[in-house]
Amino acid sequence: MKTTLATLLMLIGALGAAAADSGNSSCITCHALLEEPKLVNPAKLFDSDIHHQAGLTCADCHGGDPNDESMSAMSRTKGFRGVPKKARIPDFCARCHSDIAYMHRFNPKMRADQLSQYLTSVHGKRLKQGDTKVAACVDCHGIHNILAVSDTRAPVYPANVASTCAHCHADAAYMKDYQIPTDQVAQYQKSVHAQMLAQGDVSAPTCTTCHGNHGATPPGVSSVANVCGTCHVVFAQLFEKSPHQAAFARMGLPGCVQCHSNHEIVKPSDEWVGVGANSVCSTCHASGDPGYRSAQAMAQDLARLNLAIVRADTNLDTAERKGMEVSSAKVELTNAHEARVKARVNVHTFRDEEVRKITDQGLEIATRSDQAGVAAIEELNFRRKGLGISLITILVAIAGLYLKIRQIESRQKG
Amino acid sequence: MSRLYRRTLAWFDERFGAGSVEEFLRHKTIPVHRHSLWYYFGGMTLFLFIIQVLTGILLLLYYRPTPNDAFESVQYMVTQVRFGWLIRSIHSWSANLMIFAAFVHMFSVYFLKAYRKPRELTWISGMLLLFVVLGFGFSGYLLPWNTLAFFATKVGTEMAGSVPIIGKWLLIFLRGGEEVTGATLTRFFGFHVAVLPGLATMLLAIHLFLVQQLGMSVPPGVERAIAEGRKPARSTPFFPNFLLRDIIGWYAALGALGALAAVFPWELGTKADAFASAPAGIRPEWYFLFMFQTLKYLPAKVLFVDGELLGIFGFSVAALVWVAVPFLDRRIGFGRVTRFFTGLGVFALGYMIVLSLLALR
Repeated sequence: MKTTLATLLMLIGALGAAAADSGNSSCITCHALLEEPKLVNPAKLFDSDIHHQAGLTCADCHGGDPNDESMSAMSRTKGFRGVPKKARIPDFCARCHSDIAYMHRFNPKMRADQLSQYLTSVHGKRLKQGDTKVAACVDCHGIHNILAVSDTRAPVYPANVASTCAHCHADAAYMKDYQIPTDQVAQYQKSVHAQMLAQGDVSAPTCTTCHGNHGATPPGVSSVANVCGTCHVVFAQLFEKSPHQAAFARMGLPGCVQCHSNHEIVKPSDEWVGVGANSVCSTCHASGDPGYRSAQAMAQDLARLNLAIVRADTNLDTAERKGMEVSSAKVELTNAHEARVKARVNVHTFRDEEVRKITDQGLEIATRSDQAGVAAIEELNFRRKGLGISLITILVAIAGLYLKIRQIESRQKG
Repeated sequence: MSRLYRRTLAWFDERFGAGSVEEFLRHKTIPVHRHSLWYYFGGMTLFLFIIQVLTGILLLLYYRPTPNDAFESVQYMVTQVRFGWLIRSIHSWSANLMIFAAFVHMFSVYFLKAYRKPRELTWISGMLLLFVVLGFGFSGYLLPWNTLAFFATKVGTEMAGSVPIIGKWLLIFLRGGEEVTGATLTRFFGFHVAVLPGLATMLLAIHLFLVQQLGMSVPPGVERAIAEGRKPARSTPFFPNFLLRDIIGWYAALGALGALAAVFPWELGTKADAFASAPAGIRPEWYFLFMFQTLKYLPAKVLFVDGELLGIFGFSVAALVWVAVPFLDRRIGFGRVTRFFTGLGVFALGYMIVLSLLALR
């Protein structure tokens, strides 16, 4: 009897101590002792959750009385809300996240429009229609182990977003009912954007950059150029003024993605311009039409500039390898490289004269640099010839001196 | 020709007794023995020094000693000025060959014991000349104001800064401030074209005067063999026999310099940037490598003494011992060679070669 009483007192003492440890929450104390994963996990995970770190407790979301150590802590009379149904999750989170005054107590820059955005998204609209397979807050942010967006472990950290979206969007079986492709993430992984992100550039676009995060919606045909243009401003402006703008609108073609694709946006090459086998222009333009001629002219100008740059680069490198000082010419050649970049940008005017204006400038610089490289190589050859002549002269002088010494010494001996 | 020569000489003789110079030259002789080859290295060092003076003057026509202009002025010289590349390359190559020739000259004098009485002052003036030449190398290295020179100077002056008591003062004196800046460049330029040439001219005059006054030293072994009658005392007139042979060597050096300048033009590198990080594998010129490598091997602390400080102290003591060798090697005398000092020389030479090679690895 005494032993049982002592054990009970010790258990109560241990519970009390544990409760004190977890911010006096009986929820954590009891759930931590449970065995069923879905009941024990919240208690285990909550420690690293951003809400816990901000000082919130289980009761702040789920209600109930955290001071009550009995089952009555979870009674409706004590405001217990329990686990929300999927359809109720956005409202459940929005109780705080839509209250701007409340949210600003934690972070004055925090937005409070996530729910209103979510309701405009395809996910939000379908959830409202009763489709519980779509993503709600916890599907992307997690439950009970929610981390800040800036935390590299968070599923919504830029580098992790694609795999978070892929969780559903790459699952063909899960997405079967929606009749949309499931290879977007696989395509995206091949893109320059994914490569930049993999290299640690978190400003590189991921799914949410183009589609939005809470208000995730696929951009329509007419708004693709606007989406790309948020980062690629100059390209969007050039496209806007180009003959393609009106033609694409008339034909119902999306802007940028028509040539660059949507998810698999690979590094473009000069071969895309022109009428060759790999050109994107020839997918629409046929021989004889003005666009075909313009594409051909742009490709020729770019190729001419490329060739001039390669030639200058080769000659300057050769001269430099042989020890000639050509750094000024090399610096000047960077302006030709820059002109090539500008010319490639100007391709988006889809006017060959605009491209030629820049390639001509680049050609002039590249030719000048090439001449400097050739001159340096010629100078080197001149030096070597000069060296040869000087060495012969020196050898003749040495031989003459040697003979003179012999003559003097034989006279001295004599 | 001979008549014209005699008349010209007579004209000068009337004015400052030039005939005595001719007389001196006619009677000056050089000993001939199996080590005579080493006599040529002094003349070779002098010839390369003259090349340095001449090419240095030509470089001065275009060089501008400010951090904004120094690199560009050298770049302009080697790309735009006719034969500017040749002058600059010869100046750089000749500097290295001169230091090499000076080292060969010093070690040959050391091993042939030419420092022994009465040539102690010749040895000391020669050693001081070598230090001046190293100073030329150190100060000249910074002048093109390129990245490598900038950081090598930073490291080099830092070493001077670790000398006890006067280190801080020495560092500020060398740099013209706490850091290597334009003030350092101006200062090094001043050392390179005014202070060191003045010192070198003075020391060279003393050195040459002593050489002429005391004549060439004959190695102790040869001296003893002659005294014991085992070998005849042979000599050759300085003028024209020895001088003509000297000129052959100088012509060969000129050819080598031209070849080096044409085939391996001295690199200019990139302009110094004080805010850039030091390039990887930075190291000083080859003639400082053995010291650099020693300091690298020394631990940060040896007992309670700073490792770098200990290294610098060690080299300073070694240099002092080396300069004072004529006074320390007291047992050397007529025909006798002290083995200890020969061993010391072999050790010093071996140490310098091995440590330099290790640094180049």
